[in-house]
Amino acid sequence: MSNKILTPVKEFEELLPQEYKDLVNNGPHNGKGGVKKLGTFKEVTEAHPHCAGCGVALGIRLSLAALPAPEDTLVVGTPGCSFFALSQSAINYSNTAFGNQNAVASGLKRMLKLRYPDKHKDVVVMVGDGGVADIGLDYTLHSWFRGENITTVMLDNEVYGNTGGQESGMSLKGKVLNMAPKGKEFNKIPVFEIAKTSGCAYAAKITIANPVKLGKVIEKAVLIAREVGPTYVQLYTPCPTNLKFAPEKTIQAAKDAEKTYYSFEEFITKEAEEYLSKEAKKQETKQ
Amino acid sequence: MSNQQKSVDAGHLFFEAERQKSFITGSEAVAEAIKRANVDMAIAYPITPQSESMHLIGDLYARGYLKDYYRAENEFAVMASIHGAALGGGRVFTATSGPGTLRAMEMFPVWAGSRQPIVCAFMCRGVALPPSIQPENIEMSFLLDTGMLMFHAENAQDYFDMILKGYAIAEQPDVHLPVGVFADGFFVTHTREIVMLPPEELKLQEYDPKACPVPVFDMESPPARITRDPLLNKSNFISYAANASWHQEILAAAERARKHIKHYLGGLIETENKDAEILIVASGTAVSQSREAIKALREEGIDAGLVKVKSIRPFPEAEIREVTKDASLILVPEFNAGGWLAREVKASIDNNSRVVAGPRVFGGMTMPKDLIVSELKSALQSRSHVNASPQMSK
Repeated sequence: MSNKILTPVKEFEELLPQEYKDLVNNGPHNGKGGVKKLGTFKEVTEAHPHCAGCGVALGIRLSLAALPAPEDTLVVGTPGCSFFALSQSAINYSNTAFGNQNAVASGLKRMLKLRYPDKHKDVVVMVGDGGVADIGLDYTLHSWFRGENITTVMLDNEVYGNTGGQESGMSLKGKVLNMAPKGKEFNKIPVFEIAKTSGCAYAAKITIANPVKLGKVIEKAVLIAREVGPTYVQLYTPCPTNLKFAPEKTIQAAKDAEKTYYSFEEFITKEAEEYLSKEAKKQETKQ
Repeated sequence: MSNQQKSVDAGHLFFEAERQKSFITGSEAVAEAIKRANVDMAIAYPITPQSESMHLIGDLYARGYLKDYYRAENEFAVMASIHGAALGGGRVFTATSGPGTLRAMEMFPVWAGSRQPIVCAFMCRGVALPPSIQPENIEMSFLLDTGMLMFHAENAQDYFDMILKGYAIAEQPDVHLPVGVFADGFFVTHTREIVMLPPEELKLQEYDPKACPVPVFDMESPPARITRDPLLNKSNFISYAANASWHQEILAAAERARKHIKHYLGGLIETENKDAEILIVASGTAVSQSREAIKALREEGIDAGLVKVKSIRPFPEAEIREVTKDASLILVPEFNAGGWLAREVKASIDNNSRVVAGPRVFGGMTMPKDLIVSELKSALQSRSHVNASPQMSK
């Protein structure tokens, strides 16, 4: 896609809403992206209906800002909290049934490869922990086993947020939640560990407390998925509403988790590493 | 091979190209349709009696007729991946049967809601419990309100034509809806018959995603910022209205399909001896059994006509109302326990006590013509008492 598609015709320029002007003039679609540029453009509109202090909204905001080529990125999701910000972002987003996002993304990516063999069309799945680890685990794993060239981002808020705070497979053991009235009886599903042995060329576990590092992780994940294989980012996005902490404590909750059970971890195959350094060299030569 | 195939206008492929006799099974007829349909991608998951057709389509892929093909992890995944592939702007195909249809159920309204011209073949069979792999078409009743168009094939010839022509109907810009093409499993898929086929060197022109009424999900069409969904969870009148008007648009698109179905399939129904006072209304293989029953009845001096229902969605209400207006008895034999076709017919006509909803067979049992004949005779006998009462006469 040409960046010019985003540029409004002169006659309409003045009529556009300010946020669209910001997007066109300063937005990531002009190769000006990156987490550090946040606040200069609207990658997620201010009207998203997430709860105050929502970790998922922040996780989406940081992830979208870090996409290497937002002008050619298709995001696939599933109903749930993630939908609210994604459907109002400056990115092309499709939401289908529950849990089937990696199957949808598989078909989409393959068709885009057929239709645009000489272009990178990045397909990124961005859904909650329930969508990846529970209802969609089968489809997630099979997309990895098949080696589909897609990036899966789990927005892990450790709970079903949108339906009112039910236990998910990613909730902490012992946590009392709806549908777990005596506390959750089993551990967090080790999706990150599974990713490493299921065909992912790159996997990372990180929290929203590290915006710049997260940006790099997302960028790597999307680049590697282009040519090497599936990639997975497990992003801790705590939920103040259902995990019952004050909205201003979200970053603190993420930092606490990082110190105890959510420390940064990264897995990368040799092939993926080589690909990244080859790409970096290409960039240097260009400059 | 695909690279030697020539793209031709749909009208030429369907109506002008000279057809030759071929003695093939229904599953082979499906593959022959896909060979000529210029399909970009097919996705498969095994289930009886569908598997054979998707094996054959895998062979077509290996021979270069399709650009991509794979086996997915289950039917819900197949229908989801097919949805993704259609979002990406290409022509796609898949097929399933009975329990697979039910497993994948959530995706069919998604296809329709996304205005995707997906063609899916359904090889109908029983559903659990107790488990059955035998012919019966109860699964069709579950799909009546998913928003997809539904055609019911009587035989392998119908199956070939309805699948191939299904693409032309589905892809009309004023329709752009999924098409389900149904056949009664085994009876059609696993039996061999003469099918008239256009040359295999010809194929449909490729799908044009620019003729789609909703933007393709490929970041090539402005505006850059689109969401493919209605406004989930927004509790306000605008979101209710947006969602409801979208549903109305899907229903309206199905209505607009009628003219294309008439053009490509020659009508939503077909009739034989339609002025008879006794009519048998049937779809699928029940039509063939009804033809045999009508012959037997004629030998006994009973005159009966036939209405073959080809399009289940949109349903030919007006056509059935017109053709049955002078009938005194309407028999609807079916290969399912629920009697969905009889319900549809009853809902379409006046004075629907004329309808005898049966005979019905299921669980894989066959429908001998004698069963239709005896049901009809016993209806005639009981009607002769009923008709003596003036308020019940027509």
